[in-house]
Amino acid sequence: MKVTRLVALAAASGLALTLAACGSDPTNTSAGSGSKASASSSASGSTTQPIVVGSASFGESEILAEIYAQALTAKGFDASTHLDIGQREAYIGALKDGSISLFPEYTGNLLTYFDPKATATAPADVDAALKAALPDTLTTLTPSAAEDKDSYNVTADFAKKNNLHTIADLKGVSGLSLAGNPELKTRSYGVPGLDKVYGISGISFTPISDSGGPATVKALTSGKVDVADIYSTTPSISQNHLVTLSDPKNLVAAQNVVPLIRKDHDSADVDAVLNAVSAKLTTASLLELNTKFNGPDKPKAADVAADWLKANGLA
Amino acid sequence: MSGISEGISWLTDSAHWHGDDGFPHRIAQHLGYTSLTVVIASAIAIPLGLWIGHTGRLRGLAIALTGALRALPTLGLLTLVVIWRGIGLTPPIVALVVLAIPPLLAGAYAGLESVDRATIDAARAIGMNEWQVLGKVEVPLALPLIIGGLRAAVLQVVATATVAAYIGLGGLGRYLIDGLAVRDYPQMVAGSIVIVVLALVLDGIFAVVQRALSIQR
Repeated sequence: MKVTRLVALAAASGLALTLAACGSDPTNTSAGSGSKASASSSASGSTTQPIVVGSASFGESEILAEIYAQALTAKGFDASTHLDIGQREAYIGALKDGSISLFPEYTGNLLTYFDPKATATAPADVDAALKAALPDTLTTLTPSAAEDKDSYNVTADFAKKNNLHTIADLKGVSGLSLAGNPELKTRSYGVPGLDKVYGISGISFTPISDSGGPATVKALTSGKVDVADIYSTTPSISQNHLVTLSDPKNLVAAQNVVPLIRKDHDSADVDAVLNAVSAKLTTASLLELNTKFNGPDKPKAADVAADWLKANGLA
Repeated sequence: MSGISEGISWLTDSAHWHGDDGFPHRIAQHLGYTSLTVVIASAIAIPLGLWIGHTGRLRGLAIALTGALRALPTLGLLTLVVIWRGIGLTPPIVALVVLAIPPLLAGAYAGLESVDRATIDAARAIGMNEWQVLGKVEVPLALPLIIGGLRAAVLQVVATATVAAYIGLGGLGRYLIDGLAVRDYPQMVAGSIVIVVLALVLDGIFAVVQRALSIQR
């Protein structure tokens, strides 16, 4: 008697679990089940299948994913997000297995991922090399002008005093000192490249291992160094009124923000929406988005994205 | 194990044993940071610990304070001081002094507390003043524990002085930070081996000193 009741209980709870699993299925956007289930249930009016936009685990990537998803939703597509997927190994895998279908990427880093020996640095060259290096199932759309990459920055005073606009202008400054991550000492876009591409030699280099973070910024603003390598969309650049020197000879490889999409989710309609977004996206707007996202009121990535889309007439 | 053997061949490569990036120079810098830190920390912690141990005052506060200092992450503190003072020697030395104070302070006050009260009362009974009690009775008897605190502090500082390289200074941390930046793992292994050996050698010296002190009595 007791045994049969136990069996019945086990069967009932098993049934409940199965039901729960079914119930969560349509909204589940994670690993695999999302795209498979949704392919059969795309009754949402639009002719294309639902698009899941992924992001890496940092603010800028999350904001860009929200921008893509909300822009698509505004034009009647069934788009959702799957944020915070971690490193490139993880989210490229997710794109390949179809659990996500669209991702905001950076041309240079994506190229190096698929072709570690790539040497292209100019934006158009990087884009062309990238198109050739991508696997068959994936493609990239037109890159935006927005770039998040290593950039050489000086204080506003130092720029004014030495009349600096581009990296080439540094050649006239004697006793130049530079701070940045340790690898800058040996990398092609670092100290060796400044000499080879721009003819700037005799730089004294201070390695600071915080990737252009507070210690690097402090070294620059306190006058300990003249130039600092800081990622081009870091809020501290605008907060400290730093001047980012332009790079006319493409010393630093291009890192344009570009939509990376599965070919089976790509269509002329989708391209039209994402290209309109890319057309409005600049490095200055990334910097502004990041500054807002890291602001004192800590807004959500989705809200920052929604405001930007509204301001640019995209949603 | 190929990582270890590559590290050893990096270590034994004669090219890495001279110049500003060579091991002798880096070891000298590393020991420089370590000794500067321990001297400053001792000047703060040992008099304070002796006063606490001798008078028995503020003992609760000292325990709470050393516990709190121990919980401070060195790298976080380093960054905080950099934002406040800029890069230079000050931030890593401040961060390392904070790391070295708890064991030194604990060694000093625990050492004095371990002295038998009857011995101290006897010293007072034969007419010693408080300074004589401290200098001639308490400190000599507490010395093994005070040296023990110094030993713990030196060991922690020598292992953590690698953070100096984080903000562009030298020392053996350079091999770890520079190696990591360009994924040169043999360089990192070689640097780690030197740090471990240096820590073991220093610990060995202290072990000998501590033994000599306890045999003396």
